[in-house]
Amino acid sequence: MLSSIRTLWYTFLHLFHRSETVQYPEEMPYLAPRYRGRIILSRDPDGEERCVSCYLCAVACPVDCISLQKTEEDGRWYPEWFRINFSRCIFCGFCEEACPTYAIQLTPDFEMSEYERHNLIYEKEDLLISGTGKYPDYSFYRVAGLAIPGKDKGDAERERPPVDRHGLLP
Amino acid sequence: MSIIHIDGREFTANPQDNLLQVCLSHGFDLPYFCWHPALGSVGACRQCAVRQYANPEDKTGRIVMACMTPATDNTRISIIDPEATGFRANVIEWLMTNHPHDCPVCEEGGECHLQDMTVMTGHTYRRYRFTKRTHRNQYLGPFIKHEMNRCIACYRCVRFYRDYAGGADLDVQASHNNVYFGRDADGVLENPFSGNLVEVCPTGVFTDKTLSAAYNRKWDMRSVPSVCVHCGVGCNTSVSERGGAVRRILNRFNGAVNGYFLCDRGRFGYGFANNPNRERAPAIRPRGGAARKATKAETLAELAKLPGADGTIIGIGSPRASLEANFALRTLVGAEAFYAGVSAPESRCLAIVVAGLQSGNVKTPTLREMEAADAVLVLGEDISNTAPRIALALRQAVRGRSIEIADRLKIAHWQDAAVRTAAPDAHSPLFVVSPAATGLDDIAAATCRAAPDDIARLGAAIRHAIDHTEPAVEGLSEALQALATRIAEALAAAKRPLIVSGCGLGSEAVLHAACAIAEALSNPERVPGLVLAVPECNSLGLALMQSGSIEGAIGAVTSGGAATVIVLENDLYRRAERQAVDALFKAATTIIALDHVPTETMAKADIALPAANFAESDGTLVNGEGRAQRSFQGVFPNDDVQASWMWLRDIAAAQGREFAWQSLDDVVRSLAAAIPAFAKIAQATPPGSFRIAGSRIRTQPHRYSGRTAVDANRTVHEPRAAIAEESPFSNTMEGYYGPMPASLIPFFWAPGWNSGQSLNKFQDEVGGALRGGDPGVRLLEPDGTHAHPTEATPPAAFERSFGRWLVIPRDRLFGSEELSAMAPAIAERIEPPSLSLNPEDARSLNLRSGDAIQAGFGAKLVQLTLTVAPELPSGVATMSAGLPKQDWLALPGWATLSRAEPVP
Amino acid sequence: MNPIVFGLLNIVGILLALVIGAALLTWIERRLLGFWQDRRGPNRVGPFGSLQVVADMIKILFKQDWIPPFADPVVFVLAPAVVMVTTLMAFAVVPVTASIGIAGDMNIGVLFFLAMTSLSAYSVVLAGWASNNKYSLLGGMRAAAQMVSYEVFMGLALLGVVMLSGSFSLAAIVRAQSGLWFVVPQFLGFVVFVIAGIAETHRLPFDLPEGENELGAGFHTEYSSMKFGMFFVGEYIGIVLISAMIAVLFFGGWQGPLLPPIVWFALKTGVFVGFFILLRAALPRPRYDQLMAYGWKLMLPLSLLNVALTGAVMLTHW
Repeated sequence: MLSSIRTLWYTFLHLFHRSETVQYPEEMPYLAPRYRGRIILSRDPDGEERCVSCYLCAVACPVDCISLQKTEEDGRWYPEWFRINFSRCIFCGFCEEACPTYAIQLTPDFEMSEYERHNLIYEKEDLLISGTGKYPDYSFYRVAGLAIPGKDKGDAERERPPVDRHGLLP
Repeated sequence: MSIIHIDGREFTANPQDNLLQVCLSHGFDLPYFCWHPALGSVGACRQCAVRQYANPEDKTGRIVMACMTPATDNTRISIIDPEATGFRANVIEWLMTNHPHDCPVCEEGGECHLQDMTVMTGHTYRRYRFTKRTHRNQYLGPFIKHEMNRCIACYRCVRFYRDYAGGADLDVQASHNNVYFGRDADGVLENPFSGNLVEVCPTGVFTDKTLSAAYNRKWDMRSVPSVCVHCGVGCNTSVSERGGAVRRILNRFNGAVNGYFLCDRGRFGYGFANNPNRERAPAIRPRGGAARKATKAETLAELAKLPGADGTIIGIGSPRASLEANFALRTLVGAEAFYAGVSAPESRCLAIVVAGLQSGNVKTPTLREMEAADAVLVLGEDISNTAPRIALALRQAVRGRSIEIADRLKIAHWQDAAVRTAAPDAHSPLFVVSPAATGLDDIAAATCRAAPDDIARLGAAIRHAIDHTEPAVEGLSEALQALATRIAEALAAAKRPLIVSGCGLGSEAVLHAACAIAEALSNPERVPGLVLAVPECNSLGLALMQSGSIEGAIGAVTSGGAATVIVLENDLYRRAERQAVDALFKAATTIIALDHVPTETMAKADIALPAANFAESDGTLVNGEGRAQRSFQGVFPNDDVQASWMWLRDIAAAQGREFAWQSLDDVVRSLAAAIPAFAKIAQATPPGSFRIAGSRIRTQPHRYSGRTAVDANRTVHEPRAAIAEESPFSNTMEGYYGPMPASLIPFFWAPGWNSGQSLNKFQDEVGGALRGGDPGVRLLEPDGTHAHPTEATPPAAFERSFGRWLVIPRDRLFGSEELSAMAPAIAERIEPPSLSLNPEDARSLNLRSGDAIQAGFGAKLVQLTLTVAPELPSGVATMSAGLPKQDWLALPGWATLSRAEPVP
Repeated sequence: MNPIVFGLLNIVGILLALVIGAALLTWIERRLLGFWQDRRGPNRVGPFGSLQVVADMIKILFKQDWIPPFADPVVFVLAPAVVMVTTLMAFAVVPVTASIGIAGDMNIGVLFFLAMTSLSAYSVVLAGWASNNKYSLLGGMRAAAQMVSYEVFMGLALLGVVMLSGSFSLAAIVRAQSGLWFVVPQFLGFVVFVIAGIAETHRLPFDLPEGENELGAGFHTEYSSMKFGMFFVGEYIGIVLISAMIAVLFFGGWQGPLLPPIVWFALKTGVFVGFFILLRAALPRPRYDQLMAYGWKLMLPLSLLNVALTGAVMLTHW
């Protein structure tokens, strides 16, 4: 009983506390770089698309709102198309966590309301940005074993030159 | 039976097995790489380590490789032992030191045995900080992609390719960490079973190039059980779909048919299903008017004007259409007016096959039984081109002798390297009698090249040598007589002799001879087998309907009896002479064609209806063994494409006739009632109302992705998935997945086993039949009441005729089968049409290999490229048959040959 | 002025003030809750968000007015009307000032008030019953048990006041407090009456009939649009009623120095309305068995004790 009365008193005293509310949109809140907002596809430091169309974001997505199709050019994998249905997206960031190439990233932008649901379907051209996003240095193909134009077998990080298969020396 | 103790629990085991097999059969998760149920053990990867104890008192034990240790009675092992677990984790870590950082861009990812095993052993973090070895890749043709960096040197690929499939152009090179599995130089992998490397390789070294072109992960594809439509063997396949297109074919284990392996035609021939040029809407082409696309309702209104089954309408069925489609047509036009849609000679050959299956005492073996044959005679059939999977089974049969020797040396069968080393050259006798070289010659004890009639004569001589009460063959050369005796002795000495023949040569005499030999071999000590290969996926099913040939159909129309023709999934130009088919088109007032590929018949038909292909409809096929098997719908078209039997039912309904067929089961039921040969057909698979715990079986894996985005560019409202009314399958990821009837397994998956190796979890015992029995039901068994029909006297000896050559058809693995030839990957492998002569005959024509040659069949002239084949008998030419754009010819037939001006 | 006209004006005025006040309360409550939780509350529509009420009204009027097909339609419609009618009727006996008030002098004012609050229990029970939905029914049952229980001590708590003033007329009770507010001699009665009042209006922390974490929304789960709105407004009128009664019974009603009587009345009522909202901001909901035990084992003896003590004191010192 006494504790209830004390609670009442303390709650009453909050009448004289400062309000924590931020008056958005007059007052813009600070959003950290790792805020989970609008999803983008980034490029690697060489300006090439980072997405290698591995489908891991799609499979990680709990609401199945990511869909894409792989295509290939000179050994490099690309998404032929890449679609995110933001009317379904819950901004959980699982896609970003699943992405092995840092291609898919969530950005500190949440102002993407639309009056028509179909305007929330973002295609690859809506998603792809020209920069590297949060990870300026990473390039998947520098560590992957595939040969791509400009990076032959053995040229990746921590790789030996290709083996001479006619030799028998260990 | 032996009792073994695994982690303190008792299990029964077959003492002939090794511990790995036993552990997997009892459902334990024990990682492995180099072992394969069909290839045996070599103990190369050191991955399946367990601790074995000498007796109950032994607490120390020792680490052994489960795959190299027999399951003898009272074996005590521990899988969960910390040292064994640590050992396995270390082995994976070592294997992974050189494995590239590639999974996101690897086609194997998500169904990779190496991924599964890495997760299973708990290796999660790479401690190795040094450099990785790399390899250059090779171009291996249109089927297989090569990425050698990923190799973990388990040797499965070469063990399959060389030891199992008899390939020669893939081998291991270099040594130690640097071993390289590839060809001598870039080039197409020659073996017709190269596609199996995709499934045999535990990681992404060999991957499916056709899948990679429009790639999706395993978890993103709907799969359904299907049956291969590219030859008469009836291999079970699993068809994967996404976005309304067939994406790939995987082997679907059926212990009685294809086991673990498919041929390349079956695996890569699916491309025809995605043909962008096919009709997807009905087309009406009034004579003298403009062709137009029509709606389904319009078309049916047009079709309602067709006559009923009154003799003025005939139907032409197809050996590549399902039983249900053929039966629907037969019901629509009446049994008398239904023609099988195969040529008369082929029809006669098939009748002999049916008789061979139904009568006498000799059973047609399953492929697994063929592998156990101890003497084989291939009589006149180029089996490696017409039914390649049977050729692979025969290749295993030939190993019987070396396994016998291994038995004598007390070497277990699974000791693959030891068995093969014990007697590398000991082969069970296999004899190949054919006009031209075959793919089995390399393992044959003896080969003989002869014209078809001579083959039949040799067959008769063999029969005489086995059973002297049978008539002898007069005028046989001494060498042939000796060969006949040798073959007869080998067959008679065997316990399970096998005679293989088929319709490939188009010779009834050869088929009769094969049946007669098998019948002569039948006695209480022996269990002979008779395999008669049929040309197409449903040839036998159609033959069981006992209808007229295509010539009969043409006669019925040109004689003025019938005016309307319905052609079911059949290109008449591939089945009969061009003039005859043209005459049919001219004489008939209306020709209605149903098909799912663009053919000449479809292009010329007055009404062309878009039918569904094997992936777009449910259907039953009967293979050469007489086994009825069901394939299921995996692709759901959103336009007018529908199964042929539905079109035919709708036509009947439009005419005011009621078939009362709502589902495929209804058709199957009427079929079983109408034709006694199909009485058992409903047992092939559970009915459409089949449910497990009230649920349908799901065809999409549980992590099928992108549901709410994949169609969002079209509509954001996420339309409901199409649901087949009567089907045991749900089209979505919702439904049952677990123990299920073998004929309904849509894809193989088990927790922790994402790769196809999860198959172990669906079998009675590893390598054995699927749980609940292998799929399919055999419709025919020999009744034993009367002997095979045989011709009393063998044909006269072949006499060469100067200036003319007997041209024999030669089926090709790639190109001779109509549907697979339309697949882009297969099309790349099709070589131009050619005609072969022996060198002497070529010289007499003053021609050399590669020259253009002209063959004259009466008035019909055909231009081909000449190849010289030294083994061909004199006076005999072989000619590629059934290639795209090649007109049908009555083969074997006589032709004049001459030099032709090279085609520009 | 013509007494009939005056009476009518009184009626219309009080009715308007009540309904408008109750509607405004929805906004006041949310703002106050906001302040007590360091937020701002609704502040976007109109000055300080005061037009939020209008926005809410428009919204609630345009909601689909749905009667579930499984419900009993007649009773379902009747139930929300009952709560409005009974609480408004109870207000008839409240003397706002000596002159304002509909029947402040009614000689059975206190009894009338108790009768009307008892009737309002029907509204909740009927709503729960007519919804034909197990959550609603559970909510209705809870409401019945709770309201019937707490009514007992509410009545007993008032006995002390009636004994002291010697009248059932509320105006007389106010006049009897010109020297000393009854809260001093009747402190125990005051406490019991406040607690019983909270339970009668099923306000937090005693809002078990609609405990949303266990019953969906309890008796009004199936209600939408203006029928829901009537429950909603009815609850706020109930708060005003109980607050006004506290002011009248224990704090001298309109009486007070300097300021005009109506301001005093409004001020005193307002403080208790605020207190009701503070309760909601601060206290968690007890378990249902705790609520019942609290009522019967603590409140009942306390109110009986109060009656006995008051009687004893009056007998000895009169």
